[in-house]
This record gives sequence, C-alpha cells and structure tokens, in this order.
Amino acid sequence: MTDHNKRIPTQHVVGFVLSIALTLLATWAALGSNLSTMWIISGIMILAVIQAGIQLFMFMHVVEFESKNGHVPWNMMFHGAVLAAIVVAGSLFTMSFGFTHDHDEEEHQYEQQENDDQEQQDEGEHEGH
Amino acid sequence: MSSHELKTGPLEYRTQEGQMTILGFWIFLAAEIVLFATLFATYAVLFGRTADSTPPAELFEPGIVLIMTFLLLTSSFTCGLAIHEMRRGSVKGLRNWMIVTLILGLSFLGFEIYEFIHYAHEGATLQSSAFWSAFFTLAGTHGLHVTLGIGWVILLLIQVTKRGLTPRTSRKFFIIGLYWHFLDVVWIFIFTSVYLIGMVV
Repeated sequence: MTDHNKRIPTQHVVGFVLSIALTLLATWAALGSNLSTMWIISGIMILAVIQAGIQLFMFMHVVEFESKNGHVPWNMMFHGAVLAAIVVAGSLFTMSFGFTHDHDEEEHQYEQQENDDQEQQDEGEHEGH
Repeated sequence: MSSHELKTGPLEYRTQEGQMTILGFWIFLAAEIVLFATLFATYAVLFGRTADSTPPAELFEPGIVLIMTFLLLTSSFTCGLAIHEMRRGSVKGLRNWMIVTLILGLSFLGFEIYEFIHYAHEGATLQSSAFWSAFFTLAGTHGLHVTLGIGWVILLLIQVTKRGLTPRTSRKFFIIGLYWHFLDVVWIFIFTSVYLIGMVV
C-alpha cells in the first residue's frame, strides 16, 4: 500500500520472480527429479495453488488498505473455489476411481496384468538412474 | 455516475459505481472459476482415453510449453505494472505497459495456434478421441479468453487515448487487469495438470 507512488512496485517484482521460480521448480520436479508419480502430482499441484495465491495477493490487489481490501467478495470467491474442488474431485471420484470402463471381465484382468508389468518395468528404469 | 465522489484513494474506487462494478467483476471471476472447473473435471475423467490416436506424452514438449508459460507470466507482470502506472496517474506508462502486455499475449496465442496445428498434423484433433476433445476444449477455451482479452485491451487503449484517465476509464483498466491475471491463474493450472502431468504419466 505504501508503494503507491514509488517508481518500482516491489510487490509486483517479488511476485513475478517467485512465479518464475515456482514454474521452474515444478518443471524440474516433473521432468528432472526421481520422485514417484504420486509425489510429483501432489507436489506440482500444491505449487500451482501457491502460484495462484501469488497472482491474487501480489498482482490482483485482494489485500489493499486504500481500496478497503479491493471490495473482494471473499464469500463468493470461496464459494467458487469450493465448487471447483467439488466438481473436479467429485467427477474423478464417481467416474474414474475403483472401476474401469471395460465391460469384458477377461480383458480387464489382462489389462490389469499389463499395468502391473508396466509398473515393474518403470521401477526397473528408476533403479537404473 | 454517483454523486458521492471521494477525493482520495485509487481513482477506480472513488465512485460507488466503480466499487460496485469491480465487485460484480469478482463475482464474474468466481463464475469463471466454476466454468473452468467443469472443463478440468472433464479433462481429468477422460485422461488416457486416447483410443487409437497419439498419446499426449508423445506430443507434449517441455520447450514450447515453458515458452508459453513464461510469456503469459511476464504479460501478467507487465499488466500489473500498467495498473501501477495508472495509479501514479501516468497515461503514458499505462499505455506502454499495456502494449507490452498485448504483444506478449499475442505471442502466446501465436505459439498456441502453432502448437494446435502441429498436434493436428500428428493426428491429434478435436475428433480423434475423447482425450483430445477434452484437451482442445480446455486449452481452446483458455485461448479464446486470451483472444477476447486482447480485443478488449485494444478497445480500452483507444478509449483512454480519447478520454484520458477518469474514474470510468481507470475502473475499466483495473477490471481488464483482474481479468488478465485471472487468465494467468487458469494457465498455471493448465500448465501443471495438463502439460506437466501429461508428460509424467
């Protein structure tokens, strides 16, 4: 709030540097690290949420004394975020977890077998690193 | 325009109309979050359902996606600088940084169009499989938002050149700023959950 009249807006520069750094970190975690897929996915999703927070707080003036906190309807934004989480997690829960889309039982077992083989192969590759 | 015009504080917040319009735009953004959530959910459910078409891991390349991400992150930053200049009362600063934002946004779009054409040549189109339909709908809706944003900024630049900084024009620029940052937030999630996870899994 005090950098209103400053030539260089510190908050924006810090936000920009942080978002670039977080992007590089997420890319490294996904493509360069030896973490397991589960850890990568949860890790980079958390990084994405942090980056979204940076945009909101550093760039979008959600916390700002001069404009009475930007008149942000926190309840609406919270509602939006909760709906988004329910839509995404709920769709995955009902549509993807616990059952496959294959109706042929035999083929299903075969596919399961194939997946297991694939996983073993992946583990072998990891050890090779 | 409201008769109770404040004498201090940011120009766009001085009138009741300005305050309420910005509030309304936040509500619009909350609705946009839900719109994109439905597209993300569809994409997540259809992930891996590529039928006989090329799987994403073979087509996604870190290079071009990182360039697009940096272009959009930088444009979000320059857009923030434009609003900062606006609050210092500088039309010139606002205009220059907004033009930089436009150029970065256009380059982002150029890369995205190139990327889509490349995928189509490799046999991944809207019709190839459930997965690619979901992918092009999600990324395409974001690209459409960027396109609309670019048109909107151009119109506002014409307006501010004609009218100068008033409570009304500064409120409009503040709102396009919010919109632009929001597009960056959506892109961060596309970058993470579509491209990075697509390259990992």
